[in-house]
Amino acid sequence: MNERPRIDLSKPVSDEIRKTTCYMCACRCGIDVHIKDGKIRYIEGNRDHPVNRGVLCAKGSAGIMTQHAPARLSAPLKRVGPRGSGRFQEISWDEAMSIAGEWLGDVRRTDPKKLAFFTGRDQSQSLTGFWAQQFGTPNYAAHGGFCSVNMAAGGIMTIGGAFWEFGSPDWDRTKLFVMFGVAEDHDSNPIKMGLSKLKKRGARFVSVNPVRTGYSSIADDWIWIRPGTDGLLILSLVHELLKARRIDVDYLVRYSNAAWLVVDAPGTKDHGLFARDGEGKPLVYETVTERPVPSGSKGARPALSGRFQLDDGRFAIPVFDHLAKEYLDAKYAPEAVAAETGISADTVRGLAAEIGRVAFEEAIEVDQPWTDMNGERHQSFVGRPVSFHAMRGISAHSNGFQTARALHMLQVLIGAVDCPGGFRFEPPYPKPLSAHPRPHGKAEHFGSNQPLSGPHLGFPLGPEDLLVDAEGRPARLDKAFSWDAPIAAHGLMHMVIANAHAGDPYPIDVLFLYMANMAWNSSMNTAGTIAMLEEKDEATGEYRIPKIIVADAYASETVAYADLVLPDTTYLERHDCISMLDRPISEPESVNDAIRWPVVAAERDVRPFQSVLIDLGARLALPGFVDSRGGALYADYADYIVNHERRPGIGPLSGFRGRDGTRAGRGAANPEQLNRYIENGSFFSAEIPPEAHFFKHANAAYQDFAVKMGFFDTPQPVTFQLWSEELQKFRLSAEGLREPVAPEAHRARILAAFTPLPSWYRPLEEAAVDRSEFPLHAITQRPMAMYHSWGSMNAWLRQIHTANRMFVPAAICQEQGLEDGDWAWIVSHHGRIKVQVARTETSNRDTLWTWNAIGKRKGAWGLKDEVPESEKGFLLNHLIHELLPPREDGMRWSNSDPVTGQAAWYDLRVRIEPAGPASASEPAFRPARVPTGKGAEELRYGQEWSK
Amino acid sequence: MTSLPSESTPKKLGLVIDLDVCVGCHACVISCKEWNTGGYGAALSDQDPYGGAVSGTFLNRVHSYEVVPEGGEVVGERGEARIVHFPKSCLHCEDAPCVTVCPTGASYKRADDGIVLVEEDMCIGCGLCAWACPYGAREMDLSAGVMKKCTLCIDRIYNETIPEIDRVPSCVRTCPTNARHFGDLADPGSDVSKMVAARGGFDLMPEQGTRPVNKYLPPRPRRNLASSAPVQVEDTSGARGLLAWVDSMLDRI
Repeated sequence: MNERPRIDLSKPVSDEIRKTTCYMCACRCGIDVHIKDGKIRYIEGNRDHPVNRGVLCAKGSAGIMTQHAPARLSAPLKRVGPRGSGRFQEISWDEAMSIAGEWLGDVRRTDPKKLAFFTGRDQSQSLTGFWAQQFGTPNYAAHGGFCSVNMAAGGIMTIGGAFWEFGSPDWDRTKLFVMFGVAEDHDSNPIKMGLSKLKKRGARFVSVNPVRTGYSSIADDWIWIRPGTDGLLILSLVHELLKARRIDVDYLVRYSNAAWLVVDAPGTKDHGLFARDGEGKPLVYETVTERPVPSGSKGARPALSGRFQLDDGRFAIPVFDHLAKEYLDAKYAPEAVAAETGISADTVRGLAAEIGRVAFEEAIEVDQPWTDMNGERHQSFVGRPVSFHAMRGISAHSNGFQTARALHMLQVLIGAVDCPGGFRFEPPYPKPLSAHPRPHGKAEHFGSNQPLSGPHLGFPLGPEDLLVDAEGRPARLDKAFSWDAPIAAHGLMHMVIANAHAGDPYPIDVLFLYMANMAWNSSMNTAGTIAMLEEKDEATGEYRIPKIIVADAYASETVAYADLVLPDTTYLERHDCISMLDRPISEPESVNDAIRWPVVAAERDVRPFQSVLIDLGARLALPGFVDSRGGALYADYADYIVNHERRPGIGPLSGFRGRDGTRAGRGAANPEQLNRYIENGSFFSAEIPPEAHFFKHANAAYQDFAVKMGFFDTPQPVTFQLWSEELQKFRLSAEGLREPVAPEAHRARILAAFTPLPSWYRPLEEAAVDRSEFPLHAITQRPMAMYHSWGSMNAWLRQIHTANRMFVPAAICQEQGLEDGDWAWIVSHHGRIKVQVARTETSNRDTLWTWNAIGKRKGAWGLKDEVPESEKGFLLNHLIHELLPPREDGMRWSNSDPVTGQAAWYDLRVRIEPAGPASASEPAFRPARVPTGKGAEELRYGQEWSK
Repeated sequence: MTSLPSESTPKKLGLVIDLDVCVGCHACVISCKEWNTGGYGAALSDQDPYGGAVSGTFLNRVHSYEVVPEGGEVVGERGEARIVHFPKSCLHCEDAPCVTVCPTGASYKRADDGIVLVEEDMCIGCGLCAWACPYGAREMDLSAGVMKKCTLCIDRIYNETIPEIDRVPSCVRTCPTNARHFGDLADPGSDVSKMVAARGGFDLMPEQGTRPVNKYLPPRPRRNLASSAPVQVEDTSGARGLLAWVDSMLDRI
């Protein structure tokens, strides 16, 4: 048997490699798409790409099947039957655009706020936001409100950046890495690459997570925390670190507001605010000359404790004095928090000891001289090699904002922010709060046929910046930036449909959604949301939400509820830009952005959504989209990417600017820019000079670089805000001491949640329900091989997660007599679902969990009706209400963080009851159909190349 | 019956899989599928791909197991209850029972590099090899009616049309945690052999006597947090001691 046919070992893989950017999730890796015979042969990671360095996850490799999914929409659709009936008629683009133009034009002329434009997993927010601003509606946001605004806002308000896309652990140098609440993340491949690196170096990886999936499975130590108590654990670590004097005093004085003086005048409107000089500079108390001087005064030796008299006779106390007294309180001792967190005092003490030991006994130094913003020259960068990362597990609780703040405070106390071995900023971050815009959307900010006077989203610096009317009523439909959710920096998309349906604060005319699955896995109370979309006003016979436009490439559950469907292209068929103006992909040592371009042709009657939006902008004659004679400024999105300027010389892409393409950051538009990107692998990368690599918040070379690149027009150093004056202003309003005064109904909530120092309070749903009636937590985990709703139409990925089960801790199974595969009811204050059980030993003892968004509605995603995703898969969403249970006075608050409005998905409390024999999960819904192609009965992808 | 090479092959190409860093992301599973469905032999088909009975041919799969060693629960830090993600594909055994059982000679082990392959033209789809393999590493392609298995990406590893750095199996190239390594396990000086020696790489089910070429690296030992002792400092009661200490630190700045 030795004579074997010769195998062709050197068969060319493809005819051509087209390099572009993945969009199978939000990680935005570089991909090499191999094209053979005009068809995709293979997709692999781009080795040169700064995000993924050649690797690629399951989703990325499965892009072939997403490209060929039968769920793709193929032509514009107009609804011709009742909503949800599945009766649509294909129409031409001319007709679709004229319908959309007419609906939107009417709204813009009569009352622009009656358009609510919300985008889901949109990677073109700098365009969609700009468009909405030019349109003039105050009602625009993306999906951050139900994703991770707590993480973003908590970080930006504390250190001028956050985990997530704002920075990353120093994977090459960290010696202790602590991760809170991450199953899978935006940074999916970099986290995997980083964990591997640090484990190979023998660094320690601690995961704090109620559930031991994915990343946690390889952690050296897994801390199975009870959901919603991370903040308490962190403050207990702070307690221990303070007690052990494991803090970096020099770092605190240099880079934080630890020495700033806080006015101590209870009962006055300035109590708890910073003492400032005549120019508004915060004061510190200088201990040699014994007088208050502006912070940053050369040679000053500021006090960190004491009570000092100011020149005006008032007294003031340094931030650190408040901080030390607060967190040394016995209520934060490891023993005191053990019952609430479920973590033993020994473990907390051990983790604190490790953090302290590694930060101070294993400090590292990078031999690179640098100059700080005070002009002081340093010989090296000193690093405390302890790093942290956190995400949704912290973010999606109603106490998540303060928990995120607590974690950043911990990092600052040990001197580990943007140092070697610590958490490192990625440009354009850090960025001080003051450099972010204020929100716009008050009545005086918009009007008939005119643009909004500024950006929708931003950060209020106090109650005076809220978007409310004279009576304190919300200006925005989602009530963002109102007393309900004052620092709702990303809006509250999860409240849009409920509020529009209720006409509270006002009804709308057009709901315009892009890539958002609000009729299914992206809404709380899914069944209720569907009913709201279907409900008509009895008096007029018109739908309560009269017109719905949905733009998407795929037949999601939400498309079935559209009145007008604008079919998008896939990510391999269109231009896109991953922009510094939006959500960047920079790394700690490089500034990066990227593009997508059509690497395969769309053979359906579809158009790229961004080009459609630009076309609509021209039809509506929006400023910025038409020239002075009313002619369209841009032919399509590609044209916009190259030629749009936000400020002179600053456009969507930072690379290859200038007429000759040699400028980075600032420069004239370059007509060849996209070609240059394509030649470069569809990304651009500018190295940050070595002396600007660390301490970016206070590094003169970095600040100069940031100005040169156009992130800012003047240097914007950041002082870490351990004490938040902005939060204290809200408290003063709630105490009735400061104008504008908070309405009575909001005062208790604000006093509880807006503490100027990070704090912990029990998650609101847990605090509102009877804990013995609902003794358990139920949460979701994001599966690595799936990205929410985008995975199930993919023939390969759905074979990995075809149906989800409810993982139930073994002890609970035993107590309830449940075996693997049995059916159970999961009951919350809002509803109940019937699910199939899987027994687990790797979950917090009070926590049930399941994979996120595997359950699908029949009829959607181009799947057959009887698929496991619909028959046995399920959503937890049915158990979660967008409102908290009623209070004694009947009022119901939004189920959100009271500071930011972040949807509190993970606060859910439940009980479990055996359900007896069953064959399908409940609730079941009638099919939600949308016309799509029909999937094949069998796939043999690439069979033609087998010979 | 088909014979194995009479002597040990001069090269033993195979994989070393590091269970210490595998997070179970399935990147290797899908990368393998997309490479091989358009690569050596028949496509890897999928049946009822958008329906209820969906199934397909995969040459590499990841199984996840919960492991609770004897000794019970450690409250607080449940260090003992683990999840192990276990990627599994053909192990290219030296004593490959799938080869010797093959009635047509379709299954064979290459004499020069030890790769176990199926010559699809000769395969009658009887399934005996899948039955003989103790690892369940072979999958019958329902559409082609032939047995499919890991080829170690034989059409990549010797492929002179792709950059040398890419001449590794697709699963190895894509793995985000670098848990998969490819090389010659017959050469004690190769990176993979050194890794196996240093980390105590082990054979899967050695009692089967198949002498697999592929090796697994066990999770590295772990340390308990509770055993990290806190630092002892003098007066730690209340804020006074700390603030005095901070003052003394300030004098040193």
